[in-house]
Amino acid sequence: MEKILEILQEDSRATIKEISIMLGETEEEVKNKIKELEEQNIILKYTTVINEEEWKENEVTAFIELDVTIERGKGYDAIAERIYRFKEVKSLYLLSGKYDLLLVVEGESLETIAYFVAEKLATLDYVNATDSHFLMKKYKENGVAMVPRNKKDTRIKVSP
Amino acid sequence: MIDLNRISQKVRALKPSGIRKFFDIVQEKENVISLGVGEPDYSTPWNIIEEAFYQLEQGETHYTSNHGLLEFRESVSEYLGKYNLNYATDEIIATIGGSEGIDLALRTLINPGDEIIVPEPVYVPYNPLSTLSDATVVPINTEKTDFKLTAKALEEKITDKTKAVIICFPNNPTGVTLTKTELAELAAVIIKHDIFCITDEIYSELSYEGEHHSIAAVEGMKERTIYLNGFSKSFSMTGWRIGYLAAPKELVDQIIKIHQYTTLCAPIMSQYGAIEALKNGMESVAKMRASYNRRRRLIYNGLKEAGFDIVEPKGAMYIFPSVEKFGLTGEEFALKLLEEKNIAVVPGVAFGEEFKYYIRCSYATSIKEIKEAIIKIKEFVEELEK
Repeated sequence: MEKILEILQEDSRATIKEISIMLGETEEEVKNKIKELEEQNIILKYTTVINEEEWKENEVTAFIELDVTIERGKGYDAIAERIYRFKEVKSLYLLSGKYDLLLVVEGESLETIAYFVAEKLATLDYVNATDSHFLMKKYKENGVAMVPRNKKDTRIKVSP
Repeated sequence: MIDLNRISQKVRALKPSGIRKFFDIVQEKENVISLGVGEPDYSTPWNIIEEAFYQLEQGETHYTSNHGLLEFRESVSEYLGKYNLNYATDEIIATIGGSEGIDLALRTLINPGDEIIVPEPVYVPYNPLSTLSDATVVPINTEKTDFKLTAKALEEKITDKTKAVIICFPNNPTGVTLTKTELAELAAVIIKHDIFCITDEIYSELSYEGEHHSIAAVEGMKERTIYLNGFSKSFSMTGWRIGYLAAPKELVDQIIKIHQYTTLCAPIMSQYGAIEALKNGMESVAKMRASYNRRRRLIYNGLKEAGFDIVEPKGAMYIFPSVEKFGLTGEEFALKLLEEKNIAVVPGVAFGEEFKYYIRCSYATSIKEIKEAIIKIKEFVEELEK
């Protein structure tokens, strides 16, 4: 099963036929497994990795740590939902350690993000403190190095 | 001008590698999808590179013992256990890639006029190196037996002069491999006629259907086998030039004499990289193997659909289809394909004169390129058939 995921993660446009050939299974088997993965919410969507050096919608990314107080009857999940529903929030994690929540926020400019933090996050009742870190450079994301050392295939073209 | 009549006649008589000739033609073209590359497309796993850096920083920049670092040989000895091979540390030599091992084995065994049996198609260096060692090469064409060397074919070629047979399974250029039973049958003939066996198992980690078996593990074979393996293919370490040879101590004590006078020892940084590879690299190997396997199925199916006659490869990273039905020799096919579709494959004749109507395709290239190559090759043969 995870073999199908490996292939789709590498190329979400791989066809059922191609996958079935690569794994030595029938097209029917592959089709059913993918359906199952979709039904189990293991495959959420088929997406594209965009090279942000070339095309970028949002210019600024920030990692924001939040210290929150949980209230009776209102665990982290409820607070988290309140926060991740903002479209500015790209990712949200609950962490152990000094801070509770880590957000990845994207915006057009420093000001947009600063405004979002000041107006939307810091004002929430249960948020005690925020700590924002603006992203300066990406080296690696989702297992892909952003500045590949060897973009070119340097192997000699024909060898024994 | 140097009068070349003054240099070694043996060297002058050697033919330049057929691959080299084709390489020069390919090199001049741009944006070529190359299915001609005989090495992995992965870089060496980072932990291996990092370990070599570390050892160099520590000042590990010296000669090692002729046999190689003890830790290297201990790691290899333990690793070979997985193929049911039992070699002590004094039965192992670290070599400059698998290639040095072939040369060492041949030079140690051969007296002038001895015959070396070589199944063909064959990995390019075996025949010239045999000739340099003053052996007579006795080829066996394996075309009729799906590129497998059979016990029967071997026995037919054995004479009083036969010194050894060289086998390489999984095979370059065909990708064919032998089952445990087939190896045992070969071993029985080898033992019966009391000859040596040089087994080049450089692709042992790239076996896709079932486990790899070594002929050296068959009872009675260790004492007559020189076992060769290395890190180039399994760990993507071609440029490190590190491999090893394993043989009974009496043979190693002889082999080491050539090694110590010619190379002294394998590069120390590569030996350290190799130790790390065996210690922490098996997960990377499993990943690479799974990926090659997918590409193998993709290219095999694609070429079959395009109408090629092919023996299904079960190992290594090559496929060796016949192009005879398209009315071209492998060489003509390769040149035309390069010219019209910008795809490079290697003419089969580079692996033996009798394989004029074959081409070798390597699938050690990205899935994207393999898919693109298959589409273009399909177009190409459709145009040929018109």
